[in-house]
Amino acid sequence: MPRSAATYWIGFCVILALLAVAPLVLPEFWQRFVTEILIWGLLAMSSDILIGYTGMISFGHSAFFGLGMYGAATALLAVRPANLWLALLCGLAAAAVVAMFVAYFATRLREIYFSITTLVFSQIFYVIIFTWTEVTGGENGLTFSRPALAIPGLFSVPFTTETLHWFVLAVVTISYLVLRRVTQSPFGMVLQAIRENEPRARAIGYSVERYKMVAVMLSGLFAGLAGILYAIQNKFAAPDFVFFLISGEVVIFNVMGGMGTLVGPVAGAAFFLLLREGLSRYFTEYYLIPVGIIFTAMVIFMPQGLLGFARRRLNQ
Amino acid sequence: MLVLDNVHTYYGKSHILHGVSIEVRAGEVVGLLGRNGVGKSTTLKTVMGLVRPAEGHVTFEGREIGGMASHHVAHLGIAWVPEDRRIFKLLSVMENLRTGLDRAGVTDAKKKDLLDKVYASFPVLAERRGQAGGTLSGGEQQMLAIARAMMLEPKIILLDEPTEGLMPRMVSQIHEIIDVLHRDGVAILLVEQNVPLTLEASDRVYIMEKGVVRHHAPAADLRANHAVIHQYLGV
Amino acid sequence: MGLPLEQILIQTINGLVNGMILALVASGLTLIFGIMDVVNFAHGELVMLGAFTGATTIAITGNFWLALVAATLVIAMFGAILQISTLRPLIGRDPLTTILATFGISLVLQKYALWQWGPSARKLQEPITGQFSLFYLQYPWYRIATAVLSAAIIGALYLFLKYGKYGIWIRAAIQDRVMAQAMGIPVPLLHTAVFAIGAGMAAASGVLFGPLAGVTQTIGADFTIRAFIVVVVGGMGNLGGSILASIFISLLEAYASLIVSPAQAVIVSFVALILTLLFRPTGLFVPTPK
Repeated sequence: MPRSAATYWIGFCVILALLAVAPLVLPEFWQRFVTEILIWGLLAMSSDILIGYTGMISFGHSAFFGLGMYGAATALLAVRPANLWLALLCGLAAAAVVAMFVAYFATRLREIYFSITTLVFSQIFYVIIFTWTEVTGGENGLTFSRPALAIPGLFSVPFTTETLHWFVLAVVTISYLVLRRVTQSPFGMVLQAIRENEPRARAIGYSVERYKMVAVMLSGLFAGLAGILYAIQNKFAAPDFVFFLISGEVVIFNVMGGMGTLVGPVAGAAFFLLLREGLSRYFTEYYLIPVGIIFTAMVIFMPQGLLGFARRRLNQ
Repeated sequence: MLVLDNVHTYYGKSHILHGVSIEVRAGEVVGLLGRNGVGKSTTLKTVMGLVRPAEGHVTFEGREIGGMASHHVAHLGIAWVPEDRRIFKLLSVMENLRTGLDRAGVTDAKKKDLLDKVYASFPVLAERRGQAGGTLSGGEQQMLAIARAMMLEPKIILLDEPTEGLMPRMVSQIHEIIDVLHRDGVAILLVEQNVPLTLEASDRVYIMEKGVVRHHAPAADLRANHAVIHQYLGV
Repeated sequence: MGLPLEQILIQTINGLVNGMILALVASGLTLIFGIMDVVNFAHGELVMLGAFTGATTIAITGNFWLALVAATLVIAMFGAILQISTLRPLIGRDPLTTILATFGISLVLQKYALWQWGPSARKLQEPITGQFSLFYLQYPWYRIATAVLSAAIIGALYLFLKYGKYGIWIRAAIQDRVMAQAMGIPVPLLHTAVFAIGAGMAAASGVLFGPLAGVTQTIGADFTIRAFIVVVVGGMGNLGGSILASIFISLLEAYASLIVSPAQAVIVSFVALILTLLFRPTGLFVPTPK
């Protein structure tokens, strides 16, 4: 194995081990915090497929995330006892439908128009969810109980904070490995070619729209997965998560952490959440002022993000 | 007056100019010949500040202007007439002229003077003064582009392929305009594919190939000796 | 049709009034995009800041019109400073970078407003009270005044662009920035000036909008999205188009709110956007380029 790849995998295992051990050594608040970082990290990763690899800035990820959340919520409320796998299925299905919708309409638009359209889409879904009170609980959202980790007929173990964390860690890790495989595959190479020079990719003969659509679907599915995990962890679904500001935060994670690296956005999520945690002690609910300033400054002066310098290494 | 000294220019990663050295003295008409893609337009753009030279110097009246913002270059007295004319299509002929006319330090009387002069040289523009630039024919747009540059009262005009795509009648009109400008003491750096016109109108000629100047001679010499032209341009 | 005629008429006027306010916001946005390719995500926040600045000025002086002028000038200056400090360094970069930067700015401005003015809504006092009779219903004079004033401001902008020396410069720079600069036009200065003008107009519409509904720091996002939709439907960079589109979309929303709740009526504008992007992406009111 070439040396740089070995370093990478060693680093990967070390971080994985640290994350696995975390819930055992941290106080309760921080346990949940790390789990949340992982979930947001997954969301940010999914967004990176579009932003970092295909060059399409999506402000619509809150739609995928939110629909995954609501899909899972509906499943958890509809069936007793609450079934984890049904929740996963429903959440992914909901996210997939939204992704198909967005993919169809938005991918034929270039850049700015794509971004605006995705924003508008997340607002459409926000309005629908906010006002369709009978189904979605409207402003108050839905609350439900956490499902158990169960294979019907075999066993059923309710989640504890630790086991949930490991479940989330497993899902996120597998997602990362899958996405990494995808970005390094020929498909992933074409996406990057589209990002670098779309007209040229088209001239070479790639059906750019089709690749973009698959990218959006893929991105949407993993974003929905993050939404499902969030629902399971927090036991509620609320329309706030569909509001475009969430999409905006995801974009912040991507930019801060480093686009096009997959792990960068996770680091960005961690960075942002830690900043928020730390700054809100001093600034209370105004933490977004310094965070916003830091973000804007990073866009101007450090557009490659925290891990951007390692982009090539991380993509081998 | 205008000196390019060993100028290297890149477009992204492409190395277009590989050390170009050209000089234009006050009041001279200097021709720049060469095949497509050798870097003639890039040379003009480098002077105009539209591209920054990576190496080398561009000086105008002794002052270093390499990389200077193009509106400052224009204020120094350098006017640019680009290859595709770049008329402001949605502005009227008059408004196009005003983009050069409305400068600091120009009295109303002077403005009227300049306009009258240009309308005299280009009567068709006077006719069409209220019309949108985009409705003019190719030849008329070329005249408007030159007239617009003249509004700046420049010391030197960078003319990029003014006769491209024009009918022979218009080509000789352009030739006349160049002569008039020459008589008025305006220097011209003329980039052209039209060899006969360039040899007729210029005092000196440079020939470029692949981003460098390969040959440099007074136009009279080249008029007499066509072999050099054949060698570099295959014409 | 089960809807009474007066309701339709009232909604038509409402649509026109809202449309004019929106047009004031959207014209600034489309000009900014036209001249410097910047999609100003923080534009709605400029509206919001204008409204708050106006509210504070009214609280101090008691005069609405003074507040209108003051807010416009203050926010215009603020816009200029903003452009010089954060947007100028981004010239020449990927246009999506400006979306990100202005997005970051919008977050900061939104929370700043929360910090400065608190979470409760401010209501601005109408300068013109009283209503007139429309059929057997009462319609407030102030709303008409708003529409007229917005139209006047936009009209002034139009004249400025069409006839002034700077208007020619701006129009030239919108069409061909590089050539305009090569003609000696100080394009970077124009960028700042246009941004300031756009910001001022946004602030003015915020103050005008103030008496119609309460002002909170969240109205910015709403205006930003609406303005974006209008600018795209009207054709980006096309001033006349964005005015027509503002009226068109506001009328659609006004009529829609006869049938569904106002919160849901916004979907109409979203649908208009999507249809425009699908079938006439250069803008509904722009002739299709050949």
